[in-house]
Amino acid sequence: MSHVRSIDELGVERVRELLDLATHMAEINSRPVPKVPALRGRTVVSLFLEDSTRTRLSFETAAKRLSAETMNFSVSTSSVNKGESLRDTIETITDMGVDAFVVRHKSAGIPWQIAQWTTASIINAGDGAHQHPTQALLDCYTIREAFGCTDLVGLTVAIVGDIRHSRVARSNVQAFTMLGARVLLVAPTTLLPDDHRHWPVETSTSLDDVLDSVDVLYMLRLQSERMSQGLIPHLAEYATRFGLTHARVGRLASGARIMHPGPMNRGVEMHVDPSEIAQSLIHRQVANGVSVRMAVLYSALTSGAQSTSILEEVAS
Amino acid sequence: MTVAYVNGMVVTATGLERADVVIDGGQVVSVGTSATADDVVDVSGCVIMPGFVDLHTHLREPGKEEAETIASGSRAGVRGGYTGLVAMPNTTPAADSTMVVQFVRMQAREAGYLEVAPSGCITVGRLGEALAPFADLARVGVTMFTDDGNGVQDPQLMRRALDYAKDLDITLAQHCEVSAMTKGAVMHECSCSSDLGLPGWPALAEELMVHRDIELVRLTGAKMHFLHLSTARSVELVRRAKHDGLPVTAEVTPHHLALTSELLRTFDATYKVNPPLRTMDDIDALKAGVLDGTIDAIATDHAPHVRREKELPLDQAPPGMIGLETALGVVQAELGLDAHTLARVMSINPARIARMERQGRPLAAGSPANVCIVDMDATWSIDGYAFESKSTNSPFAGKTLRGKVRHTIFEGKRVLDSGEVVG
Repeated sequence: MSHVRSIDELGVERVRELLDLATHMAEINSRPVPKVPALRGRTVVSLFLEDSTRTRLSFETAAKRLSAETMNFSVSTSSVNKGESLRDTIETITDMGVDAFVVRHKSAGIPWQIAQWTTASIINAGDGAHQHPTQALLDCYTIREAFGCTDLVGLTVAIVGDIRHSRVARSNVQAFTMLGARVLLVAPTTLLPDDHRHWPVETSTSLDDVLDSVDVLYMLRLQSERMSQGLIPHLAEYATRFGLTHARVGRLASGARIMHPGPMNRGVEMHVDPSEIAQSLIHRQVANGVSVRMAVLYSALTSGAQSTSILEEVAS
Repeated sequence: MTVAYVNGMVVTATGLERADVVIDGGQVVSVGTSATADDVVDVSGCVIMPGFVDLHTHLREPGKEEAETIASGSRAGVRGGYTGLVAMPNTTPAADSTMVVQFVRMQAREAGYLEVAPSGCITVGRLGEALAPFADLARVGVTMFTDDGNGVQDPQLMRRALDYAKDLDITLAQHCEVSAMTKGAVMHECSCSSDLGLPGWPALAEELMVHRDIELVRLTGAKMHFLHLSTARSVELVRRAKHDGLPVTAEVTPHHLALTSELLRTFDATYKVNPPLRTMDDIDALKAGVLDGTIDAIATDHAPHVRREKELPLDQAPPGMIGLETALGVVQAELGLDAHTLARVMSINPARIARMERQGRPLAAGSPANVCIVDMDATWSIDGYAFESKSTNSPFAGKTLRGKVRHTIFEGKRVLDSGEVVG
């Protein structure tokens, strides 16, 4: 049993192992019957205390393809949303005999708090603006796949938008730089973290200045509430400065690719339809998400005790 | 019945001297060579000093008796060597009426462990909108007024509060926080908050209000006490104000002398406190402020919370940590003060600021018998320790504390005897 809570907690060796393991999983996913018995008898609980479509379904699909039992926790009416009985909830579910919690919560740090109350593995599916490690892993996997490389040495990745509130950005800054990429943060100062001087990144306040020098343009979602918080004057102004238009796509260096963690805000940060532009890796990100999450679940629940040979077995 | 405490060192008006102290009823009757007494207590190796006075205690009653009561908080106090506490007014209902103030006093008297001086609110309901009835409250003995937990945001209202307070010779105490800069804040704004994606509480949000209030004191001439200062610049602002001769005083908590914001990386809400834990540079400046007298008092900001609330997600958990029972141990672990300086910042100065006449008096014949007897060199830790407080939200697990209270004497009665609360 082990946790997958943040990229820096995983460390570079574990990140590489998971990415390599995801390649095996992708092979399983390409089979006519994409299912193996690797986690048969194991129980994975989805504890999504914040809205999610793709991450929740991606984890569920991953668990099922490894033949794990899945339990879904409904929060619609629960006081858990206020966190009041989170400990009781975790302890109760643990008593039922579960092997992993896949947790998403609007508050940073929940995966670390929960870990005190259970013996199960904790997989962080997003905690506040802190971390979203499986997103970062699938993004690294997608870049490796697109550029045919193992590490990201020599690549420049620009992360554009609301870095301040983005768990995707925090995880990806760690993961991309860990694998050797040069990372640029592109945002108005109001949307950068207050003090990121110790992050191994460069910053720019102009998207236009960096377009021709990046290998990957990673667009982040901008939420409209940033206006009421006084961080940007207007969505339209933001869109003018930082939105991805056809003109800007045209100015990308040849071979450059475009990524977005979803869900997209069309007309704000995205003025182009990713399905219509060849540079987009957005559909690959979603597809690879399943393989990467299979790797994460398998690794967390077996701690390498079993060899990957079990993955060669075909589910009966 | 007379009791002689013999073989200790004694904090007197002139310094520290080897003497025996005889107490009769509520009074010290002699400090010197021991007269005959009905009972003799050997306190060799200890320092006899005026009982500690805490300017900043949240006793939670009325309203949150599950976390603390006046009785349990009083027991925690005497365990920590306190004979006087200033109760913060952010109860439910808030202490903006004589009724609440009298209730707190009555409960404290009934408990009988130590003296509780209720503070009053600056504004009605601590809402920052209308002045609380200062004169009514002063008439029943309230000398300190604060909206602690909230700073008074409106500068004009604060100016009027100071003008009005000046007529009554009372002291206003400010929780310095410009709230527009701390919306949703969980911890100090720093590299750590940026890594964790948590909204930060910038040092500037405190310093702006410290600066504003110093200028309001300059304008009005009223007295002002600054609660729980946490930043280096705040200390410097107060240092300059004192240099200018302004009637300002300031306190710091033990935890702001000992702990940094890096601890929030554990996501343990025990470390969440308002104002937040800051940086090592701030700690150094706060310690220097204590040593040079810029900071007058060490005050606990004892803030009990039930475990259930501290187990909420970090951004929802209430701020605060308990401190009465560990204050001495933390202060001495961090600062290692001599007995006289310790008495000054833990007892004499806070008693003067809160104007508690029977507290903070160096030992002398005729002084009130509110005394604590401290083993200055004893080391201990809270691991395995059972708090008298009803809550256990202390951040000092695993830390070696220095200095332990052996006896606490309140109005002549030994309420803490060899480390055990009596009754």
